Amino acid sequence: MQEKVLMKGNEAIAEAAILAGCRHYFGYPITPQTEVAAYMSKKMPKIGGTFLQAESEIAAINMVYGVSATGKRVMTSSSSPGIALKCEGISYLAGSDLPALILNVQRGGPGLGGIQPSQSDYFLATRGPGHGDFHVIVLAPASVQEMADLTLKAFELGEKYRMPVMLLADGTMGQMMEPVALPEPTEIDPTPKSWAATGTNCEREHNIVNSLYLSPDELERTNIERFERYAAIERDEPMWEEFMMDDAEICVVSTGITARVSRNAIVEARKQGIKVGMLRPITLWPFPKKALQAAAEKVKAFVSVELNMGQMKEDVELAIRCTKPVSLCYRVGGMIQTPDEVLEAIKKANEGGQE
Amino acid sequence: MEFKRLTLFAGHYGSGKTNIALNYARALNRDHNNVVIADLDIVNPYFRTKDSEAALKAEGIGLIVSEFANSNLDVPAMPKEIYALVDDRSQLGVLDIGGDDRGALALGRYTPAIAEENNYEMLLVVNMYRPLTRTADDTIEVLREIEEACRLPFTAIVNNSNLGPLTTAQTVLSSIPYAQEISRKTGLPVKMTCAKEDLCPSLAGQVENLFPLSLQKLYYQIDSEVPYGETDV
Repeated sequence: MQEKVLMKGNEAIAEAAILAGCRHYFGYPITPQTEVAAYMSKKMPKIGGTFLQAESEIAAINMVYGVSATGKRVMTSSSSPGIALKCEGISYLAGSDLPALILNVQRGGPGLGGIQPSQSDYFLATRGPGHGDFHVIVLAPASVQEMADLTLKAFELGEKYRMPVMLLADGTMGQMMEPVALPEPTEIDPTPKSWAATGTNCEREHNIVNSLYLSPDELERTNIERFERYAAIERDEPMWEEFMMDDAEICVVSTGITARVSRNAIVEARKQGIKVGMLRPITLWPFPKKALQAAAEKVKAFVSVELNMGQMKEDVELAIRCTKPVSLCYRVGGMIQTPDEVLEAIKKANEGGQE
Repeated sequence: MEFKRLTLFAGHYGSGKTNIALNYARALNRDHNNVVIADLDIVNPYFRTKDSEAALKAEGIGLIVSEFANSNLDVPAMPKEIYALVDDRSQLGVLDIGGDDRGALALGRYTPAIAEENNYEMLLVVNMYRPLTRTADDTIEVLREIEEACRLPFTAIVNNSNLGPLTTAQTVLSSIPYAQEISRKTGLPVKMTCAKEDLCPSLAGQVENLFPLSLQKLYYQIDSEVPYGETDV
């Protein structure tokens, strides 16, 4: 870890990506993630990297596809409407079993929506952002420090499983400033990846990067094999954080900025004698189902605190098989719950959760 | 505190311009009438002077801000009232300029009038704990880019070196040589050194022209009594 500096979430991601050995960035400006592109445009030329402002989000994701095929670390970033445009390319990356980092600093929607913070791309990210049967790993940071740490983690997971990883932040996480200790630079192994299309020099069989399968049998087999890999990820990679859960009777589930606000509400509720804790998913896919199932054995109710109309609440209900009531505390349109609003939701769950 | 009719705060984005501009306007408002703060930021979508609109109104400080600030519309439009502030020499103006050269570009259209009146201070806000302005030379590069964009030369430096909630008196003291180096290399004086109000008693006597800051309240609350741990990932 390096000495602490003061950074915006968007800058922390850009710098952490550079430290992780990423030398290729392709993007298109959109609020509230433009600082990522701005930072990359200043830094990349100084370190021999590539910053390219593409003509569109679709072009940018296809440039990512091209670099990824060579086995190099590569990323793009955007905000909700721009991510929707990238979905075709993300599907091609997944279909070609290629890693890439895709940052989504979410703003309100649908449509043009607004520029204020949101968590309403939860479904888009966790259900496979694009056509076809696939998943991307989805990571949800809740501090500027985590923005940096999870960027490094995203590159590692993407390469380990050869698949795209989406860092899913809300607008506040991108814009807020906090002290951060950046990671030490990653030593990148210069040996080309065994699958990368880097030129054979007529010394080996050529590698093919492709998502088209002429034989239906082969396409079915490829899909099934890919889902076996996904099963291993669901088993091995879920990440979450527990806060005051030891004796909790109410479990708040929240990510990003709303998890931060919820902590205040939980501390206040504890002062008032309510036994409440929080389970904060860090991976949204794979969703920490086992941790939630374990919580469901102990608590009487869940409260899902989100900046959308209740998208993650469905995953909580699925994970616990609806064995306990799950209520929703939400704001949309760019608004964020106050700790008092979350406290009210906790109190309601505490009073009515024993059915 | 010596001041001019117009005080402009510019610098690297995230250096603390908005909070300093708000505090500076309040300091002027203690002894003077007709204090107006103007938000010229066309690049930052969140954390704007507009967050303090109600408080400023109650204190009798004017606020000029884009009608689209804090809305869901991303339009880099400048409020027309800024022309009045530049022309009406009975007002005391505090101007919060957007970050970096990109943000300072918007100042350019007012530069001829401001330069002609020649009753202004153009202040460079610096923070050595920001990764792109860690050294005096990097900071001076930002200074030159801003001057080129808005064509108004800086007149002094404001040292606002801080690490957010982790800032201690030592954090501020460690930044003094950095600010002095910028001053020596550019010939610009250090007008003041900023620190959060609660740190000022322990800095008094050690720092020249200490300027206490009370920070703008965020529109969400995340600072709980339980410190936010560093998650092991």
